[in-house]
Amino acid sequence: MNGALHGVRIIDLTRVWAGPHATRMLADMGAEVIHVTGRKLVGPLTVSQETARILGVYPDDEPGERHWNRNSQTNDLMRNKYDVTLELDTPEGLSLLRRLVAVSDVVVENYSPRVMPKFGLDYPRLQALNPGIILCSMPGYGSQGPHRSFISYGTNVDPASGLASLMGYPGEMPHMSGNAYPDPVAALFAVGAILTALYHQRRTGQGQYIDLSQAEATTALLGEASLGVRLNGVVPPRMGNRHPRQAPHGCYPCRGDDAWVAIAVGSDDEWRALARALGQPAWCAEARFAALSGRLQHHDELDRHIAEWTAHRDAYEVMHTLQDAGVPSGVVVNAEQLVNDPHLRDREFFWDIDHPEAGMRRYAGQPVRLSATPARLYRPAPCLGQHNDQVLGGMLGLSADERAALRDKGVIGDHPVPR
Amino acid sequence: MTAALQGIRVLDLSRYVAGAYCAKLLAAFGAEVIKVEPPGTGDPARAVGPFLHDRPDPETSALFLYLNTGKRGLTLNLKHPQGREILKALARDTDVLVENFAPRVMPSLGLDYATLRAVNPRLVMVSISNFGQSGPYRDYKANDMIAYALGGYMYLNGHPQRPPLSGGGHQPAYQGALHGYSGAMAALMARQQSGQGQHVDVSIQACMASIHQFTINRYVYVGRIQKRLGNRYQRAHPITIYPCRDGLVSLAVSTLEQYERFLALTGLTVLLEDARFATPFACSEHAASFDELLAPWLQARGKHDIVHRCQENRIPASFVNDVAEVMDDPQYRFRGFWHDLDHPVAGRQAYAGFPFHLTATPPVLQRACLLGEHTEDILTARLGCNRTQLADWRTQGVI
Repeated sequence: MNGALHGVRIIDLTRVWAGPHATRMLADMGAEVIHVTGRKLVGPLTVSQETARILGVYPDDEPGERHWNRNSQTNDLMRNKYDVTLELDTPEGLSLLRRLVAVSDVVVENYSPRVMPKFGLDYPRLQALNPGIILCSMPGYGSQGPHRSFISYGTNVDPASGLASLMGYPGEMPHMSGNAYPDPVAALFAVGAILTALYHQRRTGQGQYIDLSQAEATTALLGEASLGVRLNGVVPPRMGNRHPRQAPHGCYPCRGDDAWVAIAVGSDDEWRALARALGQPAWCAEARFAALSGRLQHHDELDRHIAEWTAHRDAYEVMHTLQDAGVPSGVVVNAEQLVNDPHLRDREFFWDIDHPEAGMRRYAGQPVRLSATPARLYRPAPCLGQHNDQVLGGMLGLSADERAALRDKGVIGDHPVPR
Repeated sequence: MTAALQGIRVLDLSRYVAGAYCAKLLAAFGAEVIKVEPPGTGDPARAVGPFLHDRPDPETSALFLYLNTGKRGLTLNLKHPQGREILKALARDTDVLVENFAPRVMPSLGLDYATLRAVNPRLVMVSISNFGQSGPYRDYKANDMIAYALGGYMYLNGHPQRPPLSGGGHQPAYQGALHGYSGAMAALMARQQSGQGQHVDVSIQACMASIHQFTINRYVYVGRIQKRLGNRYQRAHPITIYPCRDGLVSLAVSTLEQYERFLALTGLTVLLEDARFATPFACSEHAASFDELLAPWLQARGKHDIVHRCQENRIPASFVNDVAEVMDDPQYRFRGFWHDLDHPVAGRQAYAGFPFHLTATPPVLQRACLLGEHTEDILTARLGCNRTQLADWRTQGVI
C-alpha cells in the first residue's frame, strides 16, 4: 500500500531537530525524502564521546567503530529517509545538488539565512532549475528583519516567543519547557505549509518559497493570550499547575520516588465525583468547597487534603480510580512509563526498528493515523552515505566510473571527514 | 493570486481549541470553512475569557475570536434528528470535516465515519481527541495538564525537587490541531491520487509523546530516565534565563566554542583553567557557583546590550518576552506578524498571524464569525432551502 505522499520527492538539507522532525513526518507519510549530509559537518555536529556519555546517545553508551551510525537521535530523525553525502563547498557537490533539485518537488532547509544564498541556492535560482520546486526555509526568526542573523535554539525561542512567560512556579521567573518545545512546533507548521504548497503545486504546477519563523510559530500557539491582553489589558500571570476556572487543579505526590498524578476538576459534577472516589471524607462536604469560587479561594487547603490521600497510593491506582469515577486525571509518566504505557501500546504508537548498527530499538511513531494510507516504517535510518549509489546512479544516472571518481575526490563517501 | 485551498469545503464541528485551530488554518489558505455551533450557546470557547473590558459576551471571547478567524457561522442542533439530516446533506459536498468531540459523541449522533463515508466517499474526516478513537484510555477525561502528564512531557518540566509543571497556554490542544492539519492535508494529497477520502485519527496524548523523542531514545538506548533540570537544558550551562540590570535575558551556550566565546565576552576566560568550569557540561555541575561569578557582568548591563553583544559574538541569546512585550518585538513587527482585524462587536484589535510567508499562496486572516451569522445564507445556497423551511427549523430549535 502506498503512503499518502507517494510520489513526492523531497531534498532534505536540515540539521539538528526542527527541520529533521518535519521531514521525518513527511517520510513517514510516504514521501521519498533524500537527506543530503555534508561529511565535514558530521564531525562537529557529532558530540564528543564524553558529552555523548553524559547525554546518553549511543546504545548502552558504546559508540562503536562508526559512532555516526549509532547515534540515537540521528537514527530516530532519519528513519524512512535516504542519505546521500555531498560537499556543498565543492563544485561537483553543488552541481549534483542542483541536479537533484531539478527532479524533486520540495527542498527543506534550516540553515541560518546567509547559507543558501551563499551557495547560490536562493529561491529564484532554484526555481530557474525547476519551476515547480517548493523551498521551505525555517530559520529561528525568519529570513528577513533585524534579528534574521540571530543564532537561535529552541531554548531561546521558548522565552522570546512569550511561551516561557506563561510557565513557571507562581511568583517566580519565567520557565523554559523541559525539552525545547519550539523545535517540534516549527516542524509541525513546516509540514502543514509544505503539504499546502504541494497540494497547490499538484493542481497548478506552481512552486513557491515558504519562509517560516520558528519564533513566530510558537507565538502563534499563544494567540488567545496576546489577543486577551488587547481586550482587557491584563498580562496573564504564571499559575504553576493551577487553572483560572478550575479547582482543584494540580499535581500531587504519589507513593514511590518522584511519582506524581495530575488531577483537574473542571466542574461541580466532577468535584462531587472526586468526593465519591475519595470515600466522601468530611472535608469534601465543607460548604466553602461546594462552589468553584470557594475552591479557587481555598485551593491550598484542597491541595493538602488531596495530597494526603494520594501520597500513600500508587499513581496508576489513583488515575484509574478517579477516571472510573469520571474525574480527569493522569499519571505524570516518565520515559520508562511512557514507553510501557498500555494505551499507547494498544494503539501501536511505538515502532520497533531494527537498525544494522544500533540493533532493535523502540521509537515514537506518528500520532496521526490515516485510515487508508497510514504512516509506517519503510526502512530504518540510513547509515552515512548509504544511498549514494542508489540516488546518484539510479536517480541522476551517474555511471559506476563517475561515482568512483567522486568517491576518490572525496565528494561522496561513507565516513565523516575533518573540516 | 489564488488560494491554495480554493474550492475546498470544510465543516468545522469543533469545540474549544484543537479542532478550531486546525480548521482556522484550512480557512487561512482559502477553504470555505463552516463553523457549526449549537444554537443558543455556541462553541463553549465563547464562554471563556478574557473578554473585551472583562465583560462576558459570546462575541468577545479572546479564545473564540482567535481560533475561528476566516470561518462562516452556522448554528445547527445536532441533538435534533433534523439537525443531523442537515449535517449529512452538507457533508455530501464537503471535502473535510473536523471534529474534536470525545470519541463516543459522533457515533452516538449517528455521525460516525462509516455513516458519513456512505454519504460521501471523498470526505476526509479529521477526529482530534485526547487519547484517539480506540484503546483502553479512549473514554478517559483529560485537559491540557492531563495530556502533558500522560504524554511524558510534564515530568520533564520544572525543578527536580519540586512538582512537575504543566506548560503555558493550551499547547497539547494546539499540538492536536497542528497534527490534525497535517493529517488533513496528507489525506487531501492521497485523495488526488485515489479519489477516496479517509478518517484521520489524532491522539493528543500521542502528539505530546512524539515531540520529546530524545527522552524516549535515551531510555531505550541507555536505560536512563531523563529528570527535570529546573530552568535549564541538557546538562550544559548556561542554557537558562538570567536577570540583568533591566529585566531578563535568555542564553543558550551549548557548544564548547560558544562557551569559550561567552567567557571571553564576559571577562571570565580564566575559568577555563578551572576543572569545574572547563566545559559547558562541567559548568552545569557547578551552575550555582558559575551564576555567582557571572552575576556582576549581567547586573551591570541591560538586556538589549547583552543580547546584541552575545549575538555579535555568535553566542545564542534572546530577549525574554511576555505575551504583551512580544507584540512590540521589532523582528515580529518587521515581518508583519500582527494583523489588525475589525470585528462588529469586539472592535479593531491586533491578532497574531501565521508564522510563514508563502510567495504564491499566502495565508489570509479574516475576522471570526458571529454566532449563526451565515446560517440562512449557507442553507439557502448549499441546500436550496426556502424561507418557510428556515422559519420552521428555527421554531423547532434546529437552527
